[in-house]
Amino acid sequence: MSASVSPASDGEKVVFYLEKDEHAHAGSSTALGFWLYLMSDCLIFAVLFACYGVLGRSYAAGPTPKELFDLPLVAVNTAMLLFSSITYGFAMLQMEGGKKWGTLFWLGVTGLFGVAFIGLELYEFNHLIHEGAGPWRSAFLSSFFTLVGTHGLHVSFGILWLVVLMIQVAHRGLIEDNRRRLMCLSLFWHFLDVIWIGVFSFVYLMGVLG
Amino acid sequence: MFSNPDFWTSVFGRLSFESLPIHEPILVATFAAVALGGLALLGAVTYFRLWGYLWKEWFTSVDHKKIGIMYVILAVVMLLRGFADALMMRTQQAIAFDNPGFLPPHHYDQVFTAHGVIMIFFVAMPLVTGLMNLVVPLQIGARDVSFPFLNNFSFWMTTAGAIIVMMSLFIGEFAMTGWLAFPPLSDITNSPGVGVDYYIWALQVAGVGTTLSGVNLIATIVKMRAPGMTMMKLPIFTWTALCSNILIVASFPVLGATLALLSLDRYVGTNFFTAGLGGNAMMYVNLIWIWGHPEVYILILPAFGVFSEITSTFCGKRLFGYTSMVYATVVITILAYLVWLHHFFTMGSGASVNSFFGITTMIISIPTGAKIFNWMFTMFRGRIRYEVPMLWVVGFMPTFVIGGMTGVMLAVPPADFQFHNTLFLVAHFHNVIIGGVLFGMLAGINYWFPKAFGYVLDPFWGKLSFWFWLVGFWVAFGPLYVLGLMGVTRRLNHFEDGSLQIYFLIAAFGAVLIACGIACFLIQLVVSFLRREQLRDVTGDPWDGRTLEWSTSSPPPPYNFAFTPVIHDHDAWYDMKKRGFKMPLSGFQPIHMPKNTGTGVILSILSTGFAFGMIWYMWWLAAGSFALIVLGAIIHTFNYHRDYWIPADEVARTEQARSVAVAGD
Repeated sequence: MSASVSPASDGEKVVFYLEKDEHAHAGSSTALGFWLYLMSDCLIFAVLFACYGVLGRSYAAGPTPKELFDLPLVAVNTAMLLFSSITYGFAMLQMEGGKKWGTLFWLGVTGLFGVAFIGLELYEFNHLIHEGAGPWRSAFLSSFFTLVGTHGLHVSFGILWLVVLMIQVAHRGLIEDNRRRLMCLSLFWHFLDVIWIGVFSFVYLMGVLG
Repeated sequence: MFSNPDFWTSVFGRLSFESLPIHEPILVATFAAVALGGLALLGAVTYFRLWGYLWKEWFTSVDHKKIGIMYVILAVVMLLRGFADALMMRTQQAIAFDNPGFLPPHHYDQVFTAHGVIMIFFVAMPLVTGLMNLVVPLQIGARDVSFPFLNNFSFWMTTAGAIIVMMSLFIGEFAMTGWLAFPPLSDITNSPGVGVDYYIWALQVAGVGTTLSGVNLIATIVKMRAPGMTMMKLPIFTWTALCSNILIVASFPVLGATLALLSLDRYVGTNFFTAGLGGNAMMYVNLIWIWGHPEVYILILPAFGVFSEITSTFCGKRLFGYTSMVYATVVITILAYLVWLHHFFTMGSGASVNSFFGITTMIISIPTGAKIFNWMFTMFRGRIRYEVPMLWVVGFMPTFVIGGMTGVMLAVPPADFQFHNTLFLVAHFHNVIIGGVLFGMLAGINYWFPKAFGYVLDPFWGKLSFWFWLVGFWVAFGPLYVLGLMGVTRRLNHFEDGSLQIYFLIAAFGAVLIACGIACFLIQLVVSFLRREQLRDVTGDPWDGRTLEWSTSSPPPPYNFAFTPVIHDHDAWYDMKKRGFKMPLSGFQPIHMPKNTGTGVILSILSTGFAFGMIWYMWWLAAGSFALIVLGAIIHTFNYHRDYWIPADEVARTEQARSVAVAGD
């Protein structure tokens, strides 16, 4: 196995160390590391989806998805999040082109879509609680609020992160560090989009239509 | 305002003078001892003016070697606490015949819960993470881990978790639920006190650290290997560390989510695990074991790695069956996720489900058995040196094999209905965790101590410690196997049947022997420190080692390797020695390194405050701490100057000093 890399036999000098070190330290592992973090986060959602799968029909003589969910509202909400992913993509294209203000513009649009998403979600939660369908009403509602709420919490932190990054980009421009951070937030934002597609199909569509 | 009870409740939440256990003489005495010891320690640190040194060189350090050492120190301190709990339980069960003993049930229940939690989360985990931190970057020829600040943060979050558990000893109470806090016992109606909340928040805070350290070490092993080190040339300890960290990243989020759901049930009034309104308590049991079973492999795989390195080094041979060892490790990693239900066959999920999980469990013994054979074949016709680390290996092998066999007994569902919740189970898991994990970690400490500190550990006290541990283990847990086969249940603070007493007396004597083993280990550390000049190793390679960590000086310089090594074979350092490698003496380059930072310490203190606020319903403290954690994290991202260069002449001076020392040896 080691024959191909052991040139000792034919008299060639064996290299035991690099004389010139091009050991890129910062950032070389960030994409992998952040991706690993996202997968660990994905497992949290997996647990919440599993709970919803087990408890999603335990209404405890309370309201059911058909009675509670307002699909047109959720469709608008879904559109907000999907648009925000597209606009984040535009921001990344601007970043690739080195256009600082273009990047900031599209990040701002992304953030507004995100805020709209959170606003609609809070409106929905508030409405449900006022109808007597709060998370304590039944195991179905506990798992519904926790799954959707955890996603919403992630989006909220994403918006906070977005604002911080906008300040940093405005302040220091599209330097290497900031580009790396924008790439991480991009992964995070699209990841939340994918999770939401799961929530929309599995919770809302199957709840109302299934 | 001061007579308004609402005001005081909003400030102190549930906390009051009644929360202090001043009526428990054992706790008051313990508190006095801990307080006096703590004051003496703080006084000594102040007197010798060590605060600045500790802060600059250790607490804020992002150096993986120092962080690894701090993990091990944390583990040893917590071992004393966890073992004190063990001694109390053994004493109680040995004497409580025809009398109630000295631990009433509510106290005894806290003791066994705390013992389990501390031993797994704050002894075994920090030992494993500590050794991986110390050794992995050195073995792969890297200068640090992928994310050095994250590493420091992870350590401090683990420490914060340990501090939260320790606080429960003197302020309030700890959980009385067993180490996994199953509902409905752990829900708010059956456990209204702060105990379960201490449990939840200690594990949540420590769990953040563990998960991030898992991400960090995977990225390090995948991305930072020296040129030429392909995956099949990776030292076996690093392989096991990789698999262990994959298990961490793939299981700790499940623990966090499960505990979060339990918290929602307790704090918000949701119905995940409640008996009424559609909840399902068995879902908690399933979820927590989906984390819990991989957890035991998280602990044992690195121990297998340690045994492999030591066997190969002290037999002077390449490890027998390197490739099969790697595959066995990977297979165990995968199977770890397919066996969780064997912890509760009695749930009654039916013959098919139980058979599936019984069979997958038995299959795990195949790769594990392969490993045992590999170690034996490595020893076969090897030139074995019975130094202290090697003693732990040969003590481990028969002990672990017996523990594995009782595990296969437990894996048979019909038999398990008899063994379930008996002392047989308790004996089994101590058999594999002490005989496997702990022996492995003590072997690893003895093996790598000279690398970390530049002098070997005193072999006399090391051998004494080994023999006390080995004999003590069997004397303490042999009787529990017998009692378990007779059907004696775990977690009871006394028994009526006087014929059982003799077994508990023998077990208590075994615990005393283990206490001697721990004492000998501590004496070994002190004696070795005092005799460090005689025990000094200037070569950096005291055992005639085979892997890269032995190629640098002991302790290694902050940058580990002046030049990044190039690897041609596994057992890279043995290969270099064989082919006449000469230490380079010139041509040094400046080296790029990460700067120290205090952010990890600050975030950890704030997390402790947050947890304390949540536990005691002091909402202002929880909300304020949380806001500050977010703010602190944001401020940290505004610091763009996180690295510095070690100038070439400083590297040259360090390397020169080492060459002189080696030449003068």
